Amino acid sequence: MNPFTYSRPTDVPAAVQDVATHAEAKFIAGGTNLLDLMKENVMKPHHLVDISRLALNKIEENGKGGLRLGALVTNAATAYHPEVEKRYPLLSKAILAGASPQLRNMATDGGNLLQRTRCYYFYDVATPCNKREPGSGCSAIKGYNRIHAILGASEQCIATHPSDMCIALAALNATVLVTSKRGDRSIPFAEFHRLPGDTPQLDNTLEPDEIITAIDLPEKGFAENHTYLKIRDRASYAFALVSVAAALELEGNTIREARIALGGVAHKPWRNEAAEASLAGKPATKENFQQVAGMIISGAKGYEHNQFKIELAKRAIVRALSQAAKLI
Amino acid sequence: MSSTNYVGKPVSRVDGYAKVTGQARYAVEHHVPNLLYGFIVNSAIAKGSVTTLDTSEALKVPGVVQVFTHKNTPSLAWFDRSYKDQDSVPGSPFRPLHSEKIRFSMQPIALVVAETFELARYASTLLKIEYKEESSSTNLSESLPQAHEAPKGKEGYMPPKSRGHAKKAFSAAPVKIQAEYIHGAEHHNPMEMHGSMAIYEKGGKLLVYDKTQGVANTQEYVKKVFGLSKDDVRVLSPYVGGAFGSGLRPQYQLFMAVLAALELKQSVKVSLTRQQMFSFGHRPKSLQRLALSAASDGTLQSIEHTCYSETSRFEDYTEVVVNWSGLLYQCANVELDYQLVKLDVYTPIDMRAPGAVTGIYALECAMDELAVALNIDPLDLRLRNYAPEDQNEKKPFSSKELRACYLQGAEKFGWNKRNKEPRSMREGNQLVGWGMASASWDAQQQKCAAKALLTPDGKLTVSSGTADIGTGTYTIMTQIAAETLGLPIEQVEFKLGDSSLPEAPLEGGSWTAVSVGSAVKATCEEVGQKLLKLAKKKKDSPLANAGAEDVVFENGYIILKKDPAAAVSILDIIRDEREDIEVESAAMPGMIDKLKYSFHSHSAVFAEVKVDEDLGTIHVTRVVSAIAGGRVLNPKTARSQILGAVVWGISMALQEDSVIDHNFGRFMNHNYAEYHVPVNADIQNIEVIFVEEEDDIINPLGAKGLGEIGIVGVAGAIANAVYHATGKRIRKLPIQLDNVLSEP
Repeated sequence: MNPFTYSRPTDVPAAVQDVATHAEAKFIAGGTNLLDLMKENVMKPHHLVDISRLALNKIEENGKGGLRLGALVTNAATAYHPEVEKRYPLLSKAILAGASPQLRNMATDGGNLLQRTRCYYFYDVATPCNKREPGSGCSAIKGYNRIHAILGASEQCIATHPSDMCIALAALNATVLVTSKRGDRSIPFAEFHRLPGDTPQLDNTLEPDEIITAIDLPEKGFAENHTYLKIRDRASYAFALVSVAAALELEGNTIREARIALGGVAHKPWRNEAAEASLAGKPATKENFQQVAGMIISGAKGYEHNQFKIELAKRAIVRALSQAAKLI
Repeated sequence: MSSTNYVGKPVSRVDGYAKVTGQARYAVEHHVPNLLYGFIVNSAIAKGSVTTLDTSEALKVPGVVQVFTHKNTPSLAWFDRSYKDQDSVPGSPFRPLHSEKIRFSMQPIALVVAETFELARYASTLLKIEYKEESSSTNLSESLPQAHEAPKGKEGYMPPKSRGHAKKAFSAAPVKIQAEYIHGAEHHNPMEMHGSMAIYEKGGKLLVYDKTQGVANTQEYVKKVFGLSKDDVRVLSPYVGGAFGSGLRPQYQLFMAVLAALELKQSVKVSLTRQQMFSFGHRPKSLQRLALSAASDGTLQSIEHTCYSETSRFEDYTEVVVNWSGLLYQCANVELDYQLVKLDVYTPIDMRAPGAVTGIYALECAMDELAVALNIDPLDLRLRNYAPEDQNEKKPFSSKELRACYLQGAEKFGWNKRNKEPRSMREGNQLVGWGMASASWDAQQQKCAAKALLTPDGKLTVSSGTADIGTGTYTIMTQIAAETLGLPIEQVEFKLGDSSLPEAPLEGGSWTAVSVGSAVKATCEEVGQKLLKLAKKKKDSPLANAGAEDVVFENGYIILKKDPAAAVSILDIIRDEREDIEVESAAMPGMIDKLKYSFHSHSAVFAEVKVDEDLGTIHVTRVVSAIAGGRVLNPKTARSQILGAVVWGISMALQEDSVIDHNFGRFMNHNYAEYHVPVNADIQNIEVIFVEEEDDIINPLGAKGLGEIGIVGVAGAIANAVYHATGKRIRKLPIQLDNVLSEP
């Protein structure tokens, strides 16, 4: 870990000022990922702006029929919040499928969006990695890639996005509220994370001087018909090999709207809106779910050790949708 | 019944309070003034040499004291023998910071010493290191043509003994199977990382806190490598946060801490990081080939078992993998072979039940395959081929209650309700499978010394230089000492983990309870004889004419057997004496019995798995482990041993996998997030049965040691249950969901 300077602003304007005026500065909140990365010399910020004391720790009505999650609300507090449990149980379940109780007590909602990949090579500075050191090469493509991406990867990077919470937020069409010295802006969740392309070092579209202040949840919570299905190597404290956030709006047995977000398969929460739209007006049957699963996975590409994810993702989609529709 | 009969009782851990309140300090939790901290830098490549190692930037950082590399490490012991330890294997032991040559990935290449840990860690990033890389070979399967016979005899291991004509019998037999099993590498990962603290004392003496399974081993290593005398080095290791074999050999942080302390004449602490726990010994990857044949009634006709195991370029690590196949079942034709493959990795090291875990996993899966081929129940197949004596050694067992393990385990599990047909049992999406396996492990005893001190206040302190790696040594020895002298357990204290104490064998091989226990018993009996002598001398002593065999020590008294009213208080004797009674003694295994009998513990394991048919996920919902391990000294710590072993067996079957990337020759999942061991949610119902097993031959305690037998059969039972659930025979460990999905 390199030496760094530290500041602890008490309001948001001071925080964005701090991060803009220090070179190589990073915000720190729960620190559950950043500190690990610093200990491994993967990230070497010269200045840390501790935002844990900012007044961004409330869950409130957002005035548009939905909830606003302050960026500094912990993952645990969000998952167990009565309004979240009631209106967005998909989100609660996704959060509780991730990490461990200790980590969820520390980790914040804003920080959850900024988790970095679990690619082995990204974490080990002895090996080349384009995400950590652009231009050095991707070790995973020809290496051990069992946990890697099958969708949207590039020749530069096949890492996956690790969050569970974000898969639910993607399915819910959440919005990320950010601010900087240039002012406020809101980013639709689908545009927050990005695919690796030729710049895999960039996980998302947040500018370095921007701070996440809140996450807005739209009114529609799919509380009636939803599932978060996480498939992993052990029952808890393991990242998803494949996860599915499935949400359905049903009228009788007819699907009005379907949302399907996948985790563990791409550099970002993966959605295919055309495929989702194809379910509208159709009955909730296993056959229709199999068809949509095929559409979502159609462009998938496996590598030496992760071929299994292609079939697994298909089956997981069918299982998750069947559970959401209460077919099983 | 006497209130001082403690052996066989579920006495709670005497060190439990210290452990849960944080008073038990582990190796690097101690502190002294002017302490320096070391941080180790490891090689980025697996093979080649260091061409540049520029420390100048690191040394410029205020607070950085020194950087040790191969270039400035002083000339130390010259011969290999100085680097050998009590658990060494044939070959040339690794010498840290010895030369520029890199022989495995993550080889330690520098030690940065600074006034704080953070400074040392930061300065380690400022070293400029360049390598000349050579191509490395870490792929076991591809390197089989280079396999060689493992060294045998004194330095190596007990060679496997073949008998009869296995190949001939195999070709003639009506029912046969052949299969190949792969077992991945695993790293120990005890909770406490390896750490050492070398405290530099006046006159250049060293007090070393080390995470070790043998303080004498550490002391000897430090003495020989650094040319010190025994009086110059004292090693302490009162608490060890798990070791599982990783502490059987001195690890490189010990060398580093001692080197720096001696060179800088200051105390130095060095701890490995979790990532660095993947940089040394591990359970080796192995590839095994089994061929079994049977008559149509299930009688075994032949067993052939070959194992290829990885080792390093510089040492031949050997373990007993295939011999078990000649031991567990009655069979006239057995052919065993064990080969090593040298790779660019660190030398493997013993991990809980080394060899048996590997070999018996493969044998028990093969037996299951044979049962399927014969269309008979897997348990019936084992019973039909029950071995009443050790055919490897042609000796009777001192005791063997494996049959009781089979029957009681099967009863508890409900095995008779099993439908033989694979895929025949299900619950919704879940396929249910039941599997079983047998297991065996050595029941050994080593020479051990102990000391006892009884003071006029009635307190008894017994000690031996052994270790308690979480197994319960403190507790069991306290029980044995208290019972032998008939004293209340609160008056008895047991000390260990100090090289100034009487020497004990390495804490391993499941021999500690028996070896140290026998020494403690013998020593306390000598104290008892001294007490009796004093009691007889007392005025009007009711024991005046009593001999050793006429009395018992109970409830704080020496009591005449034939007249319990005739008793003398032990406290009175020692008070009147006003002087300490001190005895040092030793116990050894009975050599004649050792030649006449075969000593083994046994077990039968039954497992239930549920496999999601679509998603491939596997959960172990139930395990019954029936153990024949002689007399159980403490049912509470014994049960904990077996529970822990079953959990690890589940881990081995389904989760643990040190994955090497052959492009880099490097283990890549080197942290707790990506190297999986079970969490609570993975562990469901585990039942432990200790079957009655009387053994008057093995040792005066009648015990066999329970540290390892509990893990041996678990992976095989689970693998067989996965087959029964799915109809898919996955011949590799760990069995993961992708294997279930991709297997036809």
